Amino acid sequence: MSETASERISTEAVIKAARLSRLDLTPAEVARMTSQLAGMLEHFADIDALDLSAVEPMTRPYPLSNVFREDVVVQGLDRDEVLANAPAAEEGRFRVPPIVGLDG
Amino acid sequence: MFHQSLDWTVEMTTIPSTAAAIADAVRSGVLKATDVLEAHLARIAEREGEIHAFNLVTTDEARAAAARIDADVAAGRDPGVLAGVPIAIKDNMCTRGIATTCSSKILEGWRPPYDATVVQRLAAAGAVTIGKTNLDEFAMGSSTENSAFGVTYNPRDITRVSGGSSGGSAAAVAAGFSPISIGSDTGGSIRQPAALCGVVGVKPTYGTVSRYGLVAFASSLDQVGPFSTDVRDSALVLEAISGHDPMDSTSIPQGPLSLQGVLSQGVEGLRVGRITDMPGGADPDVTERLEAAFDALQAAGAIMVDVQMPSMKYGLTAYYLIAPAEASSNLARYDGVRYGMRVNAPDTNAMYSATRSAGFGDEVKRRIMLGTYALSAGYYDAYYGKALKVRRLISEDFDRAYTKADVLLTPTSPIVAFPVGAKSDDPLAMYLCDVYTIPTNLAGHPAMSVPFGTGAFGLPVGVQIMAPTLGEQTMFRVAASLERSMIASGGGR
Amino acid sequence: MTQFDMSKNEIKVAPNDGSYLLDGYELVCGLEVHVELATATKLFSASANRFGDEPNTHIDPVTLGLPGALPVLNRQAVELAMRIGLALNCTVQSSTFHRKNYFYPDMPKAYQISQYDQPINVNGWLELPSGKSIGIERAHLEEDTGKSTHVGGAGGRIHGSAHSLIDFNRAGVPLVEIVGRPDIATPDEARQYVTELRQILVAIGASDAKMEEGSMRCDANVSVRKPGAPLGIRCEIKNVNSVRSLGRAIEYEARRQIVLLEAGEKIRQETRHWDETDGRTHTLRSKEDADDYRYFLEPDLVPLDPDAAWIEAVRAALPMLPRERRNRLAQATGVASDAESIMVIVERGQDDYVLAVGLAGGDVGRALVHVKEAFAEQGSNPAVPAGDLAGMIILETGGKLTSTQAKTVLGELVAHGGGDATAIAAAKGFEALDNSALEAIVDQVIAAQSESWAKYCGGEEKAMGALVGAIMKASQGKADGKAVTALLQAKRS
Ligand SMILES: [Mg+2]
Ligand SMILES: [Zn+2]
Repeated sequence: MSETASERISTEAVIKAARLSRLDLTPAEVARMTSQLAGMLEHFADIDALDLSAVEPMTRPYPLSNVFREDVVVQGLDRDEVLANAPAAEEGRFRVPPIVGLDG
Repeated sequence: MFHQSLDWTVEMTTIPSTAAAIADAVRSGVLKATDVLEAHLARIAEREGEIHAFNLVTTDEARAAAARIDADVAAGRDPGVLAGVPIAIKDNMCTRGIATTCSSKILEGWRPPYDATVVQRLAAAGAVTIGKTNLDEFAMGSSTENSAFGVTYNPRDITRVSGGSSGGSAAAVAAGFSPISIGSDTGGSIRQPAALCGVVGVKPTYGTVSRYGLVAFASSLDQVGPFSTDVRDSALVLEAISGHDPMDSTSIPQGPLSLQGVLSQGVEGLRVGRITDMPGGADPDVTERLEAAFDALQAAGAIMVDVQMPSMKYGLTAYYLIAPAEASSNLARYDGVRYGMRVNAPDTNAMYSATRSAGFGDEVKRRIMLGTYALSAGYYDAYYGKALKVRRLISEDFDRAYTKADVLLTPTSPIVAFPVGAKSDDPLAMYLCDVYTIPTNLAGHPAMSVPFGTGAFGLPVGVQIMAPTLGEQTMFRVAASLERSMIASGGGR
Repeated sequence: MTQFDMSKNEIKVAPNDGSYLLDGYELVCGLEVHVELATATKLFSASANRFGDEPNTHIDPVTLGLPGALPVLNRQAVELAMRIGLALNCTVQSSTFHRKNYFYPDMPKAYQISQYDQPINVNGWLELPSGKSIGIERAHLEEDTGKSTHVGGAGGRIHGSAHSLIDFNRAGVPLVEIVGRPDIATPDEARQYVTELRQILVAIGASDAKMEEGSMRCDANVSVRKPGAPLGIRCEIKNVNSVRSLGRAIEYEARRQIVLLEAGEKIRQETRHWDETDGRTHTLRSKEDADDYRYFLEPDLVPLDPDAAWIEAVRAALPMLPRERRNRLAQATGVASDAESIMVIVERGQDDYVLAVGLAGGDVGRALVHVKEAFAEQGSNPAVPAGDLAGMIILETGGKLTSTQAKTVLGELVAHGGGDATAIAAAKGFEALDNSALEAIVDQVIAAQSESWAKYCGGEEKAMGALVGAIMKASQGKADGKAVTALLQAKRS
């Protein structure tokens, strides 16, 4: 391939992926991640040589369709047991820090 | 067997080494489940310190369960086909009220409020869960070195890895901690550690064993399956855990597999395929054992055929784009809101990042990043979209191959167990361990690894038997035949 | 008519004078309506779909996005979605589910399962009472989020809150998102569209569609342009909680955009929030920093492919829709199909009742008027038997009851859940006053008040008042005012 590894993924793309993934990466981690991902993508460039224009994507291994459950209520989980497993809870609900920096 | 006999004696009673024999003895009242359990707990006390197969040994719960089995037998109730058999469960399967960590700090201390379907079915069959086994964090790895709770060492050589990601489950069986165990296999995570530890490991057809309660890594690839010391035990466990589960939409609507009955059928006339354009890279000691396996099957009456799998070499790429993409989404739920760890921060968004950055290890972060990138706007078509098409090509290769062959044989792993730390700094080198196991996950087919002698340093080598969708019976016939030839050649019992 | 303060990015607008074009611009508006389906359970799990209960009492592994949980599709939700599609003249097609990945604390898995490029319903339309058609692009299935409560901030706002509390009862409730085409040209059409849609949803039993409870939620995409010009940049308005607010919000937003354009500014594509208290829209987020949702096919679900027989069975079971019912009632009564009385009766679901009164011999037009006025508190099944109301109407139209008396009798019927109108009239002393009796009284009064009669005959209309008053008095209130007037006019000519 003519592209070099570093062209396969930019620092900006790594930073964006980290933001989308909610991972804090230090500048050193960004640099390391960029080079590791670039190395992998370089390796994965083997499929670029394939002509895939007529190939249907395959998303699942076994062909099933129309799998349903009936609309019948089943007793769910105990709230106290679930909230006991939560990092923070209050008034029967899960507590989180103020929701800023998020949409909505 | 390649390791020393695991039969041992408790108060004048011999504890058999296989699940089938233990269950027979417990059901008929010859052995007590509690005695079986204590013998295995003693084994764990002896060697777990140097192997670290378990994240948690559930001694109390196991003693209570074994006592119930004994009470059932005493009362004339049949506890089931796995009566009193100790079983180790990979720590990415939900066990009600018992910590389930996926070997990740992010889930440390979490106690699921429900049991995985597999766990339910095993308990219903009378099996006694003895503990939760170590794995590469969220099943991402091929050596069980990527665990937040430490490495699982190979019982055959404790300077070496046990393979992964189900290294703990493989090691537990290889060390005699339990005759059988359960793992999950997304790209080889049952078969490769089985090969490296010298035990049998099976990945059934996608949809055969319920994924409900298996903590997802890559949903379209994950399958649950057994480890055992011999082929029959794996057949026994699969019969107990397979069959339709309405809680899993991808579960195939059919009854449990029926396997034990076919084990004695032999392989006469079966067509065993050799992939002539298989990706290279296997060590000579490994390929030598593969050749020996072909010879053994031919001697048993099977017919050798050549097949081509021109797209097989692209499997690694397809897999390492598809699996991380699905994983990036599956692992987004670990956000510090509802369960698991939280690192406090002034606002929710900062809390997410702080929690996830502290809670996930390097390999998990790498795959989340890779998967996020492969799915993100502008890159989807070039990476994820293309990988799905390659997945189709590989599946079609298999379809063609299976018109000529009933099963295909490959090495399970290109190499024997490697020293701890040997590949830790090179993610790609680690990924190459899965080159022979990945294609069946992409196609959704069954495959299993059977121990077939030893290679370099006297370490076990596994041979992989692959079969088409729902071809488990044929696959198990071949596995049983290979096992018989090993015993006949003096390589096993 | 408009002041604009650029610094605050807000405008005050004069009230709607009902005329569109707005300042020479035309409005282009499309609505996205989310409706919660009236199922017993959630879209992908068996917890109850119920509004208003104690927080986190309808939760299960799927709802909470617990590790290992898997979604299984609710058949009834699919059926209700199909009903919606068919009622909106859509094509029902085979469909798939995708994951829409984004982090928010009320989104348990950090992805929403939603239909993306293959929705279940496409290409329909909704006809407004006026006869205008609004296109429906798609109506797809997806899951609802949980609910966040912001604690410590002023007025429960996000900004300034100390923390937020999350209730997952609503998480996973089935939604259908109905995406309308931008065919709406006035705020009033938007109101009509939502009102009509709501009636359809209630009529087919798909949703209770209560905007105030959030079971029906409406987002408006608003842009403006000069007639013939290409489409303008649109803004999406969220948080509109009533039909009335919808009109106001669209009105405000259109004018805001016009003011900007007139000032030579560009419209920024963004999501804006309707604030009920100040009657304005505010920037929520701009599209530039919109999330990259990384949609991909949900691997835990399988395609949804309803066969023709199922679709036809759902279609056949659809009740008559509001539009058809209005036409039917209009035809029976001779009133225009978009007349207020017709709209109201069909909205209350009392049209069958009105027609039943007609079948029982009562005049349908009178029935329409009486039911509209007196049955507002009754549901679609009024307590008064249709025959009883018909009996009263027969007396009224036969001149046996004055309109005042008719109202009194109707009041008795409503108060007692029915009764014999003739008996009630008799008990009230409303004895029959037939036409000959009335004429006799009229002649009597004309003779007694010859002066007034002469004036009236001379064209002095005011003189009629005195005559009518005298006639009413002479008849002890039993004469019908209209009949008296008609008689006087007839005698004059
Ligand atoms: Mg939308
Ligand atoms: Zn939506």
